[in-house]
Amino acid sequence: MAGEVAFSPDDKYNAFLTTCKKAPHGSGKLAGVAIAVKDNISTKGIETTCASKILKGYVPPYDAHVVGLLKAAGAAIVGKTNMDEFGMGTTTENSAFGPTLNPCDTSRVPGGSSGGSAAAVAAGMVRMALGTDTGGSIRCPAAFCGIVGLKPSYGRVSRYGLIAYSNSLEQIGPLGKTVTDVSALMGVIAGYDRHDSTSQDKPCDHTPKAEIKGLKIGIPDEYFGKGVDNQVAAVVKKAIGRLEELGATTVPCSIPSMQYALAAYYVTCTCEASSNLARFDGVRYGPAPDTKKSWHDAYQEVRGLAFGTEVRRRIMLGTFALSSGYYGRYYAKAQVARENVRADFNRIFKDVDVIAGPTMPTIAFRLKEKTDPLSMYLADILTVPANLAGIPSISVPCGKANGMPVGLQIMGRMFEDERVMDVAYAYEQAVV
Amino acid sequence: MVTEHDVQHIAELADVGINKDELGTFTSQFNAILDYFDTLDTVKGNMAAKSELFNVLREDEVEPSLPQDDVLKNAPFKEDGFIKAPRVM
Repeated sequence: MAGEVAFSPDDKYNAFLTTCKKAPHGSGKLAGVAIAVKDNISTKGIETTCASKILKGYVPPYDAHVVGLLKAAGAAIVGKTNMDEFGMGTTTENSAFGPTLNPCDTSRVPGGSSGGSAAAVAAGMVRMALGTDTGGSIRCPAAFCGIVGLKPSYGRVSRYGLIAYSNSLEQIGPLGKTVTDVSALMGVIAGYDRHDSTSQDKPCDHTPKAEIKGLKIGIPDEYFGKGVDNQVAAVVKKAIGRLEELGATTVPCSIPSMQYALAAYYVTCTCEASSNLARFDGVRYGPAPDTKKSWHDAYQEVRGLAFGTEVRRRIMLGTFALSSGYYGRYYAKAQVARENVRADFNRIFKDVDVIAGPTMPTIAFRLKEKTDPLSMYLADILTVPANLAGIPSISVPCGKANGMPVGLQIMGRMFEDERVMDVAYAYEQAVV
Repeated sequence: MVTEHDVQHIAELADVGINKDELGTFTSQFNAILDYFDTLDTVKGNMAAKSELFNVLREDEVEPSLPQDDVLKNAPFKEDGFIKAPRVM
């Protein structure tokens, strides 16, 4: 231990679920840097709840691989951030411990599910934070709070110690105020880990470069079509115009599989959730089941009380979609759809280097504005394609609409995380 | 179209425990979401054999792991180094 970071922020946005008043740190690249960690990433000795009552009081006996890497780089883990319960949501309102507020306008949500991490960075409480992105959960709150967030290529960052929700889609990734900070954090967390069987041996040793002359940018029609707010679209088009001024060229393109990508995403993630969340029954951790009752009765009692509504809804949807007679219609079709999304991206990336569009179709919603689950799901339409395909995608602030931040999303070829960071950096440097 | 009876059945299969007063809302939301999922009926194509996918397995050898005390620390009911669960029979 090289020192301690004192951390007692005035957390008026409810960004943190747990804070560490004196956070030890070591020496290294991130020596003494205060970093917030989303509460679904295991931290040895620090309560980790996934913002769920079912894990209230759970103290992991081990560190997630990425947390070990942060500590080895000298970072100080100063707290665990609020989120939608188990990552299931787009606003952070689904936390069992109250919503996080958007520091840009406290009557609005910060986005989700990594809303606490984004708010902590946007409010200046920490320089950087870790989030997780299953269908946009890093990029959405980054866009809504006006900061930078990267969803890495699937496999570049170990998921060991991440409390799983949808294994085939989710990645841990960095959030920060600048692309340089995001790149520095990515440099620490990326690389091979034998404890994650999907881990790739692709470390990230990169300093962002602003040179984008000759870069070809694909602009998909679907990212500026129905459901995308006109003002948001105008702000993002202007930002893309800026990239053209810097020497990039744009090419119109189309992702036809977008018409069913969101359905494929929700079928896949709910199916995986129904299996992953079966482990929460109060036996090994969480609220104690009544051991005198039969196991079905005891588990239903614990899970009915301790899981929130959205979590139970997704577990039930997944259970239904995987049940006998429906598997072929939902899960199997979703996997074909997912292949088609990948194929669309592969085809487009033969002609272009990156794809750009808005991160979110609107600015941040007002608190309690979205009450219907389906309309909430539809807000993820522009972020889920990158998760289905596994490709890297970054959101960088590109202006405001109605006084609220708008995010420019840049998606790249598989494992070209460095390139999407470079494009975001070029934009960021041009507008500062 | 799923009925309240179907949703009740799914809730029991998944052990999620829903209340009677939640059943109507869950059912109507379920139907709206499943209607939206119908768009998957338009998906064309089959899963091609993905040759680049392979299993990642290791030999089943005992490796150092967490101490038993640490692993049991979060369990509410323990006995003689075991975790106590509700009865199955």
